This record gives sequence, structure tokens and C-alpha cells, in this order.
Amino acid sequence: MNIHEFQAKELFAQFGVPVPRGKAIKTPRAAEKWAVALDAPVYVVKAQIHAGGRGKAGGVKITKQREEVPVLTKALIGKTLVTHQTGPKGRKVRRLLIEEGAGIDKELYLSLLVDRDSGCPTFLASTEGGMEIEEVAEKTPEKLFRETIDPAVGYHPYNGRNLAFALGLPALEKTVVTPFIQMLGNLYRLFMEKNASLVEINPLVITTDKQLVALDGKVTFDDNALYKHQDVQAFRDLHEEEPLEIEAGANNLNYVKLDGDIGCMVNGAGLAMATMDVIKLAGAEPANFLDVGGGATKETVAAGFRILLKDRKVKGIFINIFGGIVRCERIAYGVIEASKEVGMTLPVVVRLQGTNAEEGRKILLESGLKVDVATDLWEAAQKIVAMKRKRKRG
Amino acid sequence: MSILVNKSTRVVVQGITGKEGSFHATQCQAYGTQVVAGVTPGKAGQEVEGIPVFHTVRDAVKETDATTSLIFVPPPFAADAILEAANAGIWLVVCITEGIPVNDMVRVKRALASTQTRLIGPNCPGIITADECKIGIMPGFIHKKGKVGVISRSGTLTYEAVNQLTNLGLGETTCVGIGGDPIIGTGYIDLLQMFEHDEETKAVVMIGEIGGDAEEKAAAFIKREMTKPVIGFIAGMTAPPGRRMGHAGAIITGGQGTAKEKIAALEAAGVRVVRNPAEIGETVKAALGE
Repeated sequence: MNIHEFQAKELFAQFGVPVPRGKAIKTPRAAEKWAVALDAPVYVVKAQIHAGGRGKAGGVKITKQREEVPVLTKALIGKTLVTHQTGPKGRKVRRLLIEEGAGIDKELYLSLLVDRDSGCPTFLASTEGGMEIEEVAEKTPEKLFRETIDPAVGYHPYNGRNLAFALGLPALEKTVVTPFIQMLGNLYRLFMEKNASLVEINPLVITTDKQLVALDGKVTFDDNALYKHQDVQAFRDLHEEEPLEIEAGANNLNYVKLDGDIGCMVNGAGLAMATMDVIKLAGAEPANFLDVGGGATKETVAAGFRILLKDRKVKGIFINIFGGIVRCERIAYGVIEASKEVGMTLPVVVRLQGTNAEEGRKILLESGLKVDVATDLWEAAQKIVAMKRKRKRG
Repeated sequence: MSILVNKSTRVVVQGITGKEGSFHATQCQAYGTQVVAGVTPGKAGQEVEGIPVFHTVRDAVKETDATTSLIFVPPPFAADAILEAANAGIWLVVCITEGIPVNDMVRVKRALASTQTRLIGPNCPGIITADECKIGIMPGFIHKKGKVGVISRSGTLTYEAVNQLTNLGLGETTCVGIGGDPIIGTGYIDLLQMFEHDEETKAVVMIGEIGGDAEEKAAAFIKREMTKPVIGFIAGMTAPPGRRMGHAGAIITGGQGTAKEKIAALEAAGVRVVRNPAEIGETVKAALGE
């Protein structure tokens, strides 16, 4: 789960990681009031959306004039920001973070995530703050430093020293070395206690008055551990999520909306991805990823149909089920009932394989329903793409 | 021969009195697996289809000499269950549970490193040696004793591949679902090595997906050590970056872990990578010169 920058900074403050004085506001009036209270030499107004690249998209404004703050707020609130991470539709700005500006001497990069290979939490740090870390890794890997934390003993100051010296911090600004080492310990504590999957500060700055401050903040949480943290759950912002994905989640379906026009419904995540790939190979684009789980039932199929039908782009549906423990004849009955229930009008190809597949196919063929059945994966993909094309012409 | 498990493997099922646990314990038993014990704390003395239930894995091991454990414990308690099995001296732990917090697995993985215990999974369909022993939730009947080893991060996609192998008369030795989570107990490399040394295995199918760099690491190993043909498929060619595709580990982050990169690495290592998953079986057949 992703959260907003202002929420990440709330957490940072809670764990003793220094952040600029700031507050999230929703109206120009609140902005005016907060600007007075803040009384800073420089004000930073930052759009709060779940996407990077806000600065380049015009979502971050800086001013020395206090009176400017509500004006900038008025201009930004309600605006749709399009960044390289939002897609062409962009995201509507509903909240702004208004902060005290800092005099920047040096920008660093710092993040913490689990390295999949070693299975250990790992800090990444770089002297190239403010840049996309992927770019640093690619172009100047010698400026990217790693420190792996042994989860059995946790974070120790030597971990922080290793990074501080690698970054050349003592030469840059001696007084920030100790705060840096402490900050890493605090971030590790946050990461483990709150079950984060990513903590990123980019940039982490050394200010002109020699303070270490997290100027930006990004925290992502492990969805599997949300049940442990009521406070983290409260950070969820449904405005930032795709409505169809919210509905799918409520039905315990795993759905990701894509841009194509062949809807697909599959049991199992790997097979669902492979099905998308096969649709593409057959010459069309998948409209979604949808895993109905190992035990597909009439109810899950019906819920899946409803979600696929709400995506207006979908021109045909491909159901791909490998019956293992689930028997195919039950899936067949489920498809028939669910089709009637939702009043299915689109072309549907059902591919059944595995337990009682033949019986399932027979049931579908004799149902009088306008579905096409298939045995082979490739045959099924070609069928649905052909049906869609025919329908378009007709 | 086979790898890791065979008809003499003695299995204890943790979480055996739950709905999933009791159903699959029975299914495994019906396949021919020696399910010698079950564990549910507080339910010792009960039986599930004739399988005795114990309070702890320690008791189960003491009474039945179980060497392998199959876990169906819900996510909040699964890490504890894995550690309990390791502590009781279980040699192979197969964890089916999906949804274990990553940080729980961070600790488990570190703890297992100082034991003799091997973990398969979590978030996997399990392991099966065709016609001998099934320790997991896969449909047993699609497997047939033969000559192909299978390693996969997926569940139903593995069944898809196995079904093709069986239908073409190639059959399988052992099939291992290694799990779709970012942190798993056993990866491709250990298993590739075992298949390389297993006399009956003549070729290996490796099914990967987007996310992480396990396939790239495996490619380097294959290039160095494997003499048997390896046939690969990578799911998620059409998956968008930054989105989790069902499996917790199936996500492209920062441009890393794309299907394209993985395919390129595997092909450079001499792996025959199939673009169309419907052609996995035929490609294996061709690789074996049949």
C-alpha cells in the first residue's frame, strides 16, 4: 500500500527522523492560516498524489511571499497532475503539503528495502540526491552504496558508519555524521515495526545551517501485514486507487486494470499473467489481470464478470481455468449462472483444462449460451481475438 | 530416482484440522504419500482420516519419525509454524500458506540459515514426485512418472506445463513449486543442481515470472553448471511496471525484473525460452530429440 508524502513525514517525525515543519491542507483558507502560523522565510507548496515526478509536472511551488501561499493553493487544488507515473489520465490534487523551505547545501539519497536475494533489509545510499535512483544505478553505479542489515541482530551503529564513510559524509559535514547514524537506526525501526516494504528519502538534505532533513518521503507498506497496523490502514486513500480494483478487492479478487480490450479471468496468478501474454501473442491487448483464485466458484465468476463488464473498453472475455482441485463442470455451471445473472452480451471464450474438463465443455456447449469453448490455450486465445474482430466489423 | 521426496518420505501436516489442511492431507494420502502425523495445538488425540494429531511438531516427530512437514497454517501464524518445524528437526518444510508478511519471512530465512532445514515456499503449490509422493495442493492425476524435472514460481501455470508434458508422454520426475513471494526458502539454483545430478531427470522446465532477479541468477548458474537441457517460460511479458500481479513477488520495480531482461539472460545461457506457454511441452520434446 502506498501513502502520501505528508503521511510518510508524519511517520518519520514519530520515529525521530527530522522533517521540515509542515502541514497538509485542503483549502486556500486553511493554507493562509497555516502560512501565518508557519511564519517562514520560504514556503514550499507540494501537491499530494501517489506518484513521483510532481516537481516536473508543476505540482511543487516555492515562494518567499506569505500572501502567495493561498494563491498557489487555489491554483493547485483540484488541478489534475500528469507525471511519468500517473499515466495520461493524471491524478487530481485534493491536498497540499505546505512546508517551511530549507537552504540546501547538499542532497543525498537514502532508502531501505528488503533485498530479495539475501532476504535481508538493505539500505541504499547515494551522493546523487534528487535524481532517480534507477538512473544512478545505471549510469554511475560507483556512487551507489549498499548496507545489508542482519535481521538476527538488527541495526548497529557500524552499519551507519559504513554508509557515512562510503558517502564521504565526514568530509562533507562532520556535524551530521552522528545524526545520520541515528537516523538510519530510526528508519530501520520504522521499517520493521510498521512492516514497510520501502522507505525512501530523496532527497535527504544537509541544510546550509548543517542540519540533516528529510525533504521528501515515500513509504510503501506490505499489504500482507496491514492487519497488524490500524494506524497504517488509516493512511489508505481510496481516491488514489482505481475504482474497479477497489471493488475487486472487496470481492477477494486480484485485479489490475490495463489498457487493452480483451478481458480475462483466470485461476492462479502465474496462469493469469501467461494468459495476458498469450492474448498479446494472438494479436490483441489484455484489458486486465484477474486472478479469481485457486477455488473459482459461481460467485467469484459472477463478481469477475461484473468487474470486466464495467470496463467499457472490454470487447470480449477470455476465461481460462485449469481445474485442479476445482472441478471443471462446476466452473461450467458457474459460468452459465453468472452469465445469466449479469446478462452477458459480449463474446466469451471459455477454456477448460484439467479435472473433468470434457464434461465442463459439454455442459457449456449444451447450455444454449453464446459462449465458445476451447481445450487448448493457444486455440482459445486465437478464438477470442477473432471473435472480437468479427464483432467490430459486424 | 527423484529429488527431495519419494515414496518413503514421512510427512507431518501442520494445521491438519483446518478445512484446507484436512482436505489436502487426505488428498496427499490418497495419492500414496505417507502422511504419518498432523499437528494442531490443543487437539492431540484426535484423528483426521486415521492420521493421528499431536499438539506440537516435536511430539509428532518423536512418535512417528516424520522428516518432512506440510504447512497449512494461516498467515499470521505461519512463520512460527515454520520455525517450530525446524526446531523439531524437520528436514524439509513445505509451506503452502499465501500472505505471510515479508518481514516475518526475513526473520525466518535468517533463522533457517543456521539449521539443516530446507524450506520450500511459502505461497506455493508444494512438491510432487510423480506416482510416488505428493506434498502439496496440486492435482495429482495430471502427473505421470517420466523424465522431466519442473521448477516454478507459479501454481496453475505449472499444472498447465505438467499437463502438456504428461499428454506428450514425456512425464515428470519431481515438480517443485518454489513460491510467488519475494522471499522464499529454496530458489532455482539449488533445485537445478539437484536435477542435474538426478539420473532419471533428462531435462528441466523452469517457469519464472516478473519481479526480482532469481531467473537472471539461475541463468548464470545454468551457463556454468548445467549439462541437461533447460526449457524456460517467463510469465508477465505484458505486465505493466510498478504493479503487483497477484503474487507478492511479481512486480517490476525501478525498471528491474522485467520479462524481457529475464528471457534475454536465460537465452544467453542457452535456455530454450518459450514465448507461447502452450508450446512448453513440444519444446521439451524437441530439446530431448524426440
